[in-house]
Amino acid sequence: MSSDAVVLSALLAAALDGDRQALARLISAAERGATLPPLTPPTDRAEHQLCIGFTGAPGAGKSTLVSALTGHLIAEAGAAAVLAVDPSSPFSRGALLGDRVRMHEHAMDPRVFIRSMATRSETGGLARATQVARRILQACGWGLVLLETVGVGQVELDVVYTADLVVVVLNPGWGDEIQANKAGLMEIADIFVINKADREGLESTRRDIDAVIINRPEHQRPAVVETVASEGKGVKELAKAISLARESLCASGELHRRRQRQFATELEQELLRRFKVSMTQLRQEESYGELVEALASGADTLDGAASRLQKIVLGKIALR
Amino acid sequence: MSEPTTNATTGATTSATGKRVLMAKTGLDGHWRGPTIVATALRDAGFEVIMIGMARAEEVVQAAIDEDVDLVGLNVGGHVDVAVRAVEQIQSSCDGVPIFAGGVVPPHAKRKLEALGVEVYPPGSQLPEIVEAARRLTGII
Repeated sequence: MSSDAVVLSALLAAALDGDRQALARLISAAERGATLPPLTPPTDRAEHQLCIGFTGAPGAGKSTLVSALTGHLIAEAGAAAVLAVDPSSPFSRGALLGDRVRMHEHAMDPRVFIRSMATRSETGGLARATQVARRILQACGWGLVLLETVGVGQVELDVVYTADLVVVVLNPGWGDEIQANKAGLMEIADIFVINKADREGLESTRRDIDAVIINRPEHQRPAVVETVASEGKGVKELAKAISLARESLCASGELHRRRQRQFATELEQELLRRFKVSMTQLRQEESYGELVEALASGADTLDGAASRLQKIVLGKIALR
Repeated sequence: MSEPTTNATTGATTSATGKRVLMAKTGLDGHWRGPTIVATALRDAGFEVIMIGMARAEEVVQAAIDEDVDLVGLNVGGHVDVAVRAVEQIQSSCDGVPIFAGGVVPPHAKRKLEALGVEVYPPGSQLPEIVEAARRLTGII
């Protein structure tokens, strides 16, 4: 074993033993792309081994909702981990991670493990590091993982390939946004939450959601839950809806299929990452410049140049 | 500029990318302005900055461990005792994580914190100086 592998094995052993610092360091190593030892995956039948994803527009109240729900779920599950993802700047690569501020009530609770994550987009980060972090947590006894995505964009749809169950958080009076996002956001929800339900426009938002889901078979129709997360209203109902959705996904075999798909997604993303690394290295090389030149001068077609490049990249990956 | 390199296991690196800083407020009075300005400057320098707002010593320690930070920044707002307690607990629970502090720090408090190995940046400190300190304390330069 290399010295890195020894360090990581020792960290995993300590984390499995309940050492939070080791657990935290393991997640950091995963974020940096370290190769981890094998991790025990969650069991489909275990009720409290579940990764619940939360997505929705910025300001929808995801953090507040996750915080309130965490308080409710730890009573049953005994413990819960929160992975809160915020965007990295594509320019400085820095990030401000502020989700802990809204999870203040759990700051001292040893039954709650909160980890803020930056997307680190430059390494194709989000799905890969987030999923590995989730796997580490679940392998180390934190079976219940609440995953909070960054706000609406392209990224948040990744949650569907990362979490077992997806909660889409909306607010009253967002009819236009719902229309705009219908193709993406509205299709991935297992449960809809209308948070800040004490605000004006609740009825029309509810109608918009109903209009989208009415055509689906009854057993596949997402529950719609109204909450005022800041006051804890509707949180119990949301917990119930999650429990029912999990039961149904488990019984139909869909939970198992999703988890298989999560592994497939991870595998493909790892392969893409290797491609990217090889591409970056290639840019420094003469052969790359020649291919670009051939394309620019009209001596080669895009298809021809790409085929040649593909061969070179695959050769590089094989050499690693 | 040469490409920054990072060891995936140990995190040894030549850039701020992926370096994590915890920013906490330990005093009751004071405000968010200072920590927010510093946090933004650190972000723009490439750091990942985790904000936890007003926190007791134990909360700062818990967050520093769970978030696996490379540096803790404390905003000291008058009550230096809380800051001192936080420093002592961080030093005993998170081996080797450096700490720097800012805010309204009276001279006696500054001496107290510095005696514990904390770098203090009182009002009037320049942002580049603070960013430089963060880079130095996290071992980038």
